[in-house]
Amino acid sequence: MMKRKILTLLLAVLPTFSYAAGGGVHLDSAPIDISDMESVKRGANHFVDYCFSCHSASYMRFNRIARDTGMSDGELRENLIFTTNEKGEPTKLGSLMEVAMTDAYAKEAFGTAVPDLTLTARARGADWLYTYLRTFYADPYRPTGMNNLVFPDVSMPNVLSSLQGIQKAVYKTETRQGVDVETIDHLELAQAGSMTTEEFDVFVADLVNFMVYLAEPVQNERRSLGIKVLIFLVIFFVVAYLLKKEYWKDVH
Amino acid sequence: MSTDVVDKGKRRFLTAATTVVGAVGAGFVAVPFLASWMPSERAKNAGAPVEADISKLEDGRMMIVEWQSKPVWIVRRSQQMLDRLPKLNDNLRDPASENVDQQPEYAQNAHRSRKPETLVLIGICTHLGCSPTYRPDIAPADLGNDWLGGFFCPCHSSKFDMAGRVYQGVPAPTNLAVPPHYYLTETTILVGEDGGTA
Amino acid sequence: MSKIIGWVDDRFPLMKMWNEHLAEYYAPKNFNFWYFFGSLALLVLVIQIVSGIFLVMHYKPDAELAFASVEYIMRDVPYGWLIRYIHSTGATAFFIVVYLHMLRGLMYGSYKKPRELIWLFGMFIYLALMAEAFMGYLLPWGQMSYWGAQVIISLFGAIPVIGDDLTLWIRGDFVISDATLNRFFSLHVIALPLVLLFLVVAHILALHEVGSNNPDGVDIKANKDEKGIPLDGIPFHPYYTVKDIVGVVVFLFFFATVLFFFPDGGGYLLEHANFVASDPLKTPEHIAPVWYFTPFYAILRAVPDKLLGVGAMGAAIVLLFFMPWLDRCKVRSIRYRSKIYKINLAMFIVSFVVLGWLAMQHVTPTITLLSQVFSLLYFAFFIVLFFTSKNEETKPVPDRVT
Repeated sequence: MMKRKILTLLLAVLPTFSYAAGGGVHLDSAPIDISDMESVKRGANHFVDYCFSCHSASYMRFNRIARDTGMSDGELRENLIFTTNEKGEPTKLGSLMEVAMTDAYAKEAFGTAVPDLTLTARARGADWLYTYLRTFYADPYRPTGMNNLVFPDVSMPNVLSSLQGIQKAVYKTETRQGVDVETIDHLELAQAGSMTTEEFDVFVADLVNFMVYLAEPVQNERRSLGIKVLIFLVIFFVVAYLLKKEYWKDVH
Repeated sequence: MSTDVVDKGKRRFLTAATTVVGAVGAGFVAVPFLASWMPSERAKNAGAPVEADISKLEDGRMMIVEWQSKPVWIVRRSQQMLDRLPKLNDNLRDPASENVDQQPEYAQNAHRSRKPETLVLIGICTHLGCSPTYRPDIAPADLGNDWLGGFFCPCHSSKFDMAGRVYQGVPAPTNLAVPPHYYLTETTILVGEDGGTA
Repeated sequence: MSKIIGWVDDRFPLMKMWNEHLAEYYAPKNFNFWYFFGSLALLVLVIQIVSGIFLVMHYKPDAELAFASVEYIMRDVPYGWLIRYIHSTGATAFFIVVYLHMLRGLMYGSYKKPRELIWLFGMFIYLALMAEAFMGYLLPWGQMSYWGAQVIISLFGAIPVIGDDLTLWIRGDFVISDATLNRFFSLHVIALPLVLLFLVVAHILALHEVGSNNPDGVDIKANKDEKGIPLDGIPFHPYYTVKDIVGVVVFLFFFATVLFFFPDGGGYLLEHANFVASDPLKTPEHIAPVWYFTPFYAILRAVPDKLLGVGAMGAAIVLLFFMPWLDRCKVRSIRYRSKIYKINLAMFIVSFVVLGWLAMQHVTPTITLLSQVFSLLYFAFFIVLFFTSKNEETKPVPDRVT
């Protein structure tokens, strides 16, 4: 009787568990593959083209991307490094990916400091990023004219709108506790961009894939080293177990 | 405890096998810890090759650039300075730069440089790591009449000539080192790389 | 070789120590699965000390630099990521191993006469370990480091009269700051490890003085052969050394699996918000302590009064110290104890686990109610134990181990 009551109570709280991760908004699962270095490379280009003018990735070095994705120094200079240092010399290949924008300037321009993106994929998760970048919609009440489903009242303008086009929100009315509440049902493309929705989804997936890589560049190496370690431990186990069995013949 | 006959050979074999596998494992574990003492990416970036613009360097003058956090001297030697170099040969430990560790192949010559007039040296005394001072003056009071210009280490009085060659009878054992370098243009040197001509 | 040993032995009790603690330390021959966790705890201690020593070589205990220096270790230092993951996974492993080790003690009555001091030293190790883990968690200087420390230190503010001054003194500033980071760093890398080592030595010396308990709770020293060797004892070396090696390898297999494939443990080992640098102006949406503190945190949250909440949380730990005296039953092992005891202990374990889970949830009225129910169950264990253990209906205990 007691046990059943506990079980009912436990079941009652289970939904809170799944909600805790997403803040209540449905997140699309990001179709990414971190071992696909071509995708990471494309994502790196997208990142430098669209994010890196404002956001830094200041714990990451340019040449690390080149090393991990198999880019040459020349390709690296051509595709990713367009900046110079404070003396006007070209940025070194091994420099950290910092941008010149100061927090003070960003506060004036956007009303908030621009966050560093090195670790965002680890802090927010790939699905969050993938959904966030695809769910901007027109909102005339925002200074940027844009709002976002998973990050309400976000300060960032939709920098990808030339590719994606502009989405508008389709509302529905729900009655909660006797009060009519207007909520967003889904988003609709109101004005086409230079990409189709499918192309855009691939574009964002590549970008997110790069950001997942960016958050922990060592992860592919980590997994492959892990397999070797586990294989070694299996061998060690066999020898150690035989040794133990041999000695314990005395006891049994 | 039972008193059955113990197979001592098997025990010895299994003990040895476990010890060996365990030791191999311990060896593998040691690798990342020891490797973590190697220069980090930050240090490597700081130590990356540096460019030096020598267009404004005048005869007899020295400029210093930093490479791998070490002072690198670039000296533009006048013709007189170059002419004086062979005169000292008898007073030097290694006049012909036979110690190949102290310079790349392209600097193993009478003037120890790619171009005769431009000397590139790591400004660290080969004795105990002080940075010598540049003394182009001839026969000054403190260095004596034999001094024909060069580098003098204030720590333990080691002396080097205008090609970084060490004098006899001083504590420093070898000539000053020439770092890898090459000319990007007539007036810019890249210090830290050989440019594929090593 | 024997000459060298002889030379040393004339000057240092090398062979004497070897014999006392390994070759001629007679341990009961019926140790089971649960007896691996003592040696494993020692192993994890070594892992943490070694990896910690190497992390200190690259880490910067400075509020301006700390967060970046951790990412520097993760990216720029050769194999720094591995050393850091060893240390962060090691913290979790330490608590898993220690919790199982403590549960073993509860099941087989290892805290009972004459082993009360072993238990007390062990409890102090646990306490020091909690302090060590808490201070270590501040060092990455991420959002969870910062706000977790903020919350825990604020607990001391609940103490009447001196509370506010005490929190100020602990922080050394009006908020968590560089001063706090520096003193926690010092305590984490020097003071507490020294205390831990001292306590571990005391724990083991006390154990080897009275001898190990076993799953039957039988005193093996009661039956000795003509040489004075316990009939049910076997020398620790080689029998338990070779057995513990197997345990170590199996443990390392699990350890490596987490380390190489799930280093953040889905956000439970390295919390998501800790990948954001600390910001004194912005609290993360959801603060939960790392999993090993959660049962006590749930008890804290369950009580709607600040002082009483802190008191209840403290009591939840302090009561464990008194186990040797709360449990008045003469029989040690759960194998020969009453059904009431078995159910009581099972409920205790269940409430500990459920409380741990509850603390990680957003507070809702249901969660609070459940936390209260399970907090009561947690404390009920000690009360029920005290009143039922004196005249407990036990089964006959065998003379020899089974």
